[in-house]
Amino acid sequence: MAAILVVGEQAHGHLKKATLSALTAAQQMAKQSGGQVQGVLVGSGIGTSAQELASYGITVHAVDAAPFEHAVAETHAAAIAAAAKAAGASDVVMAATAYGKDVAPRVAVKLQAGVASDVLAIAGEGGKVLFKRAMWAGNAISTVEVTTQVRVVTVRATEFAAAQKGASAGEIQKLDVQAPQAKTKFLEFNEVKSARPELTEARVVVSGGRGTKGDFKPIEQLADALGAAVGASRAVVDAGWQPNDLQVGQTGKVVAPQLYIAAGISGAIQHLAGMKGSKTIVAINKDAEAPIFQVADYGLVGDLFKALPELADAVKKLQ
Amino acid sequence: MKILTTVKRVEDYESKIKVRPDQTWIVTEGVNYRANPFDEIAVEEALRLRDANMPSEVVVVSVGPAAAATEIRSGLAMGADRGILVKHDAFVDSDGVARLLQKVIEQEKPDLVLMGKQAVDVDDNVAGQLVAEYLGWGQATFASKKESLESPEEKAKKPGLKLSADKKSVQAAREVDGGLEVLEVQLPAIVTVDLRLNVPRYASLPNIMKAKKKPIQELTPQGLSVDVTPKVKVLKVEPPPARTAGIKVPDVATLVQKLHAEAKVI
Repeated sequence: MAAILVVGEQAHGHLKKATLSALTAAQQMAKQSGGQVQGVLVGSGIGTSAQELASYGITVHAVDAAPFEHAVAETHAAAIAAAAKAAGASDVVMAATAYGKDVAPRVAVKLQAGVASDVLAIAGEGGKVLFKRAMWAGNAISTVEVTTQVRVVTVRATEFAAAQKGASAGEIQKLDVQAPQAKTKFLEFNEVKSARPELTEARVVVSGGRGTKGDFKPIEQLADALGAAVGASRAVVDAGWQPNDLQVGQTGKVVAPQLYIAAGISGAIQHLAGMKGSKTIVAINKDAEAPIFQVADYGLVGDLFKALPELADAVKKLQ
Repeated sequence: MKILTTVKRVEDYESKIKVRPDQTWIVTEGVNYRANPFDEIAVEEALRLRDANMPSEVVVVSVGPAAAATEIRSGLAMGADRGILVKHDAFVDSDGVARLLQKVIEQEKPDLVLMGKQAVDVDDNVAGQLVAEYLGWGQATFASKKESLESPEEKAKKPGLKLSADKKSVQAAREVDGGLEVLEVQLPAIVTVDLRLNVPRYASLPNIMKAKKKPIQELTPQGLSVDVTPKVKVLKVEPPPARTAGIKVPDVATLVQKLHAEAKVI
């Protein structure tokens, strides 16, 4: 039975949440193809995380050695490809995180595989696994077939629920891999310390546009009341009111939270492309004709400087 | 040093993207085209590195139809020195693009290859990494910079990538989940660039005129002996699930009630 190999991701001794979404995608693929899900985890001192992954009822190949401490694409791709060969994998599945995007293509070359990236859903017919993915920033959804014998897939974590723990834990198999001489050296990691969740992972996002006139206090206060991430439209970033990494849109970050609140954002195509996958969209804008209302589930025509503080108060009362 | 950058011809992100009725692709008639915005950042970075390390050369490469010469010209108008077009009319998947670039890179032997992290048409985000593995080179994906785009460093048009004094390696700050990671990669290397690396310049009129005289060499997949049959076949293209406009609520109290009781999101 061919294996469907999920690549785990860990930091500070904990498995990342996105891995559990990748596991769900792998389980769905296994249902289609009849393969067996296994896992691989690469790093140094990753015993606890490997056990955590195995607790989902899958065999986990652990490549646990000092040269793999940092997630350098060259070395990690070599370890993952070795595990895929050891497991006889037909598919390698990763979450489309920075790690997954960095490493997966290199794994694919080693396995002579095609890559389906940032997959939104598993489709298929008659035992053939197909993938749905967004193109043109979500303005079109394609169904793709990876025609190679082995397939490499990265999946958008927000589109797959977290896997459930298995009835019994799987076993951990240590795998020795000779680390290749990497041409890349890890120097440092500068963690962005923010009390707020990360934009692409947040359950709730509150974004501000030109209507804020650069004053993001009401946005931030509502975000903190909701435990939400803060986003911004391109106009705001171009004006220099907010840093670039907050930009939601086709050329910025693509988000798909449970709740997206757009305040003072008119709704340019560029912006809509980055957030219209959100489950529930709220638009607050003075201009009743703003295009953002065409995609909003709930629209409120009004002044954000009045509405947002009211909303923040109401949210606090609910909690 | 020699720096090679890639520029893909893509649909303008301000254009309305519509799916063709036969669901094979999108409607391309009446759509504006432009250089992939991430690639423009790559070209800008290449120009800054060149100007700080003369004598150097910046070569702009595109894989695409004859019309992609327009996007190469836009790179030349920004200041790049010459262009290479690998001409192919049909769809080439990222793996095909990567193997074509591998051949071009083996011919050109650049010290550094700069690419946009993804093209905003197929949104794959894999070509740069594939090229790096095919060549056996080191990579730094999603290059950004520690300083903001409002910083004096950016205003002074300083490169965000730091070349070592002996020009044998480059340091890149990568935008990863939860922070910035700094890597040092031996040259030759592949760097894919993210939005925060720099603000690309506009081409000036004299430079647009000059660009018209700069050479563009034409190559073909056949000439490079690369089979571009896709490994990833696009079987169908559909419009995204339509979002129907919801309701307007009269006040915040109603909004809160709806979000709580109906949408159950707060």
